[in-house]
Amino acid sequence: MFSTSLLKNEEKAVFALRSIYQKYGYTPFKMSKFEEYDLYVRNKDFLVSDSVITFTGMNGKLLALKPDVTLSIVKNTKDIPDTVQKVYYNENVYRVSKNTHEFKEIMQTGLECIGNIDTYNIFEVIMLAAKSLEAISDSFVLDLSHIGIVSAVIDSIGCDREAGKALLNCIGEKNQSGIEKICAEKNISADACKKLVSLVGTYGKIEKVLPKLSAICDTDELKTALAQFESICSLLVASGLGEKINIDFSIATDMRYYNGVVFQGFVENVPTGVLSGGQYDNLMKKMGRKSGAIGFAVYLDTLERLNLTTKKYDVDTVLLYDESCLPEDIARAVNMLASDGKSVMAEKCIPESIKYRQLLKLNGKGVEILENND
Amino acid sequence: MKTMINVALPKGRLGEKVYAMFEKAGYECPSIKEVNRKLIFENEEAGVRYFWVKPSDVAIYVERGAADVGVAGKDILLEYAPDVYELLDLNLGKCRMAVAAKKDFRDNTENTLRVATKFPNIAKDYYSKKGRDIDIIKLNGSIEIAPILGLSDVIVDIVETGKTLLENDLEPKENIVPISARLIANKSSFKFKMEQIENIKNGLKAQVKTDD
Repeated sequence: MFSTSLLKNEEKAVFALRSIYQKYGYTPFKMSKFEEYDLYVRNKDFLVSDSVITFTGMNGKLLALKPDVTLSIVKNTKDIPDTVQKVYYNENVYRVSKNTHEFKEIMQTGLECIGNIDTYNIFEVIMLAAKSLEAISDSFVLDLSHIGIVSAVIDSIGCDREAGKALLNCIGEKNQSGIEKICAEKNISADACKKLVSLVGTYGKIEKVLPKLSAICDTDELKTALAQFESICSLLVASGLGEKINIDFSIATDMRYYNGVVFQGFVENVPTGVLSGGQYDNLMKKMGRKSGAIGFAVYLDTLERLNLTTKKYDVDTVLLYDESCLPEDIARAVNMLASDGKSVMAEKCIPESIKYRQLLKLNGKGVEILENND
Repeated sequence: MKTMINVALPKGRLGEKVYAMFEKAGYECPSIKEVNRKLIFENEEAGVRYFWVKPSDVAIYVERGAADVGVAGKDILLEYAPDVYELLDLNLGKCRMAVAAKKDFRDNTENTLRVATKFPNIAKDYYSKKGRDIDIIKLNGSIEIAPILGLSDVIVDIVETGKTLLENDLEPKENIVPISARLIANKSSFKFKMEQIENIKNGLKAQVKTDD
């Protein structure tokens, strides 16, 4: 067997997450590397970046390297009444990096729960999101929001679409002064403005935030959304996750696709979110499906620099040999040195830019120590 | 050990004003006032570490988590759209983003409008909302000479008093958006240092001067 210390953060996470998802009855979903481009054209806004790597397949169809996994999974599952399909995946996706403006391969793991989903299913997915974060780091936070509440608050104001979009942007930035400015420009009532500002300013632990929400949720639509949100939150608190979950309505997602609970996960010392997900019944409807769905993705590439330590040595031993050494003698020496778990690099001369713990030389008499850096 | 909050301050006059606000809010760091070329200053007792960076880089430090909070102009936030929280309008460093041109300029809508600017995204966004076809000329400084030399028809730039424009025979034609300094925070830092960041925000908020 091998030592897990050899594994990189993202590789460790893949194994840990796989075992969590399997434990809760999720089955692996393996998909083709390519997808018909048409799928993405029809759902362009669902994608994080709208650029896609395309090429023509052997039958003349325009294909794409997957920029997203959820759409493919939804496409490949069927509506079966009263059942819920639970799948997880570990796939590479291809997206344009905001920083380099070039395509980047991103390893992504996640799960989808598709079908006639109920409160338990929603709770289970959020609980698995929290467990996923826990597997990555002890110090994590899962932010929870409800699109039903955010959209109903914006709808209740009765502003135009453009102002609604700008307000949603401000909610995503926790930008209270921005909200006040838009409200003043669009002659939105002071009461409605106050409601929006308090929605942005209301965040934190479940038990602290939930009681404050009833003051904001004053319409029937809002009350229904709040009741659902409360029942999910109480399940999460009862399962001991309350300490790690924050309610925060600033999670910015597209309301055309998401409808119910949405969430985003953070681990300490990673500057961006490492997990995001939510309930996307609206996407299902758009794709002509009757059932609902909820799922999330973990962005494994963000874990690369987590708890990064610099290795002191690249290799334990460099074993130098020359033309006079027999191959079987070199093999015997390498095997002997490697037998106690050390790494050995056999070379004819000292390799450049390699840091070694020990430098040995193989000669007719045996192994001679030339340098010891410990 | 006390959790340290890393603060990216914009080098220059605005940064000094902002530091004074932090100091008044209880986050003093006397060594910052010493005359030397140091860029990082910390006061472990107050739990704060300041660093001076180029104003246009503040948002990068904050977005990538090297700084937990920072102060950046709204112009930079609009141009680069960093994924950060915008917690407070400090109402400092006030100016506006505007379209300016030669005094006798009249927009001939038959032609593509040539726009010289340091802020191509703001300019593109403004004109695309108006449905106007433009050609962006990205410059890094001395924008005002572009219309004089015929390089562009108009410029999109920050206007504070309008004096530089006037001296170059230009005048503001349209206002795009008012600009001021904002307190921004890294989204992940905000989750793990929420109390400290909120204390900073409240300490600064109490000092924000309103216009009226």
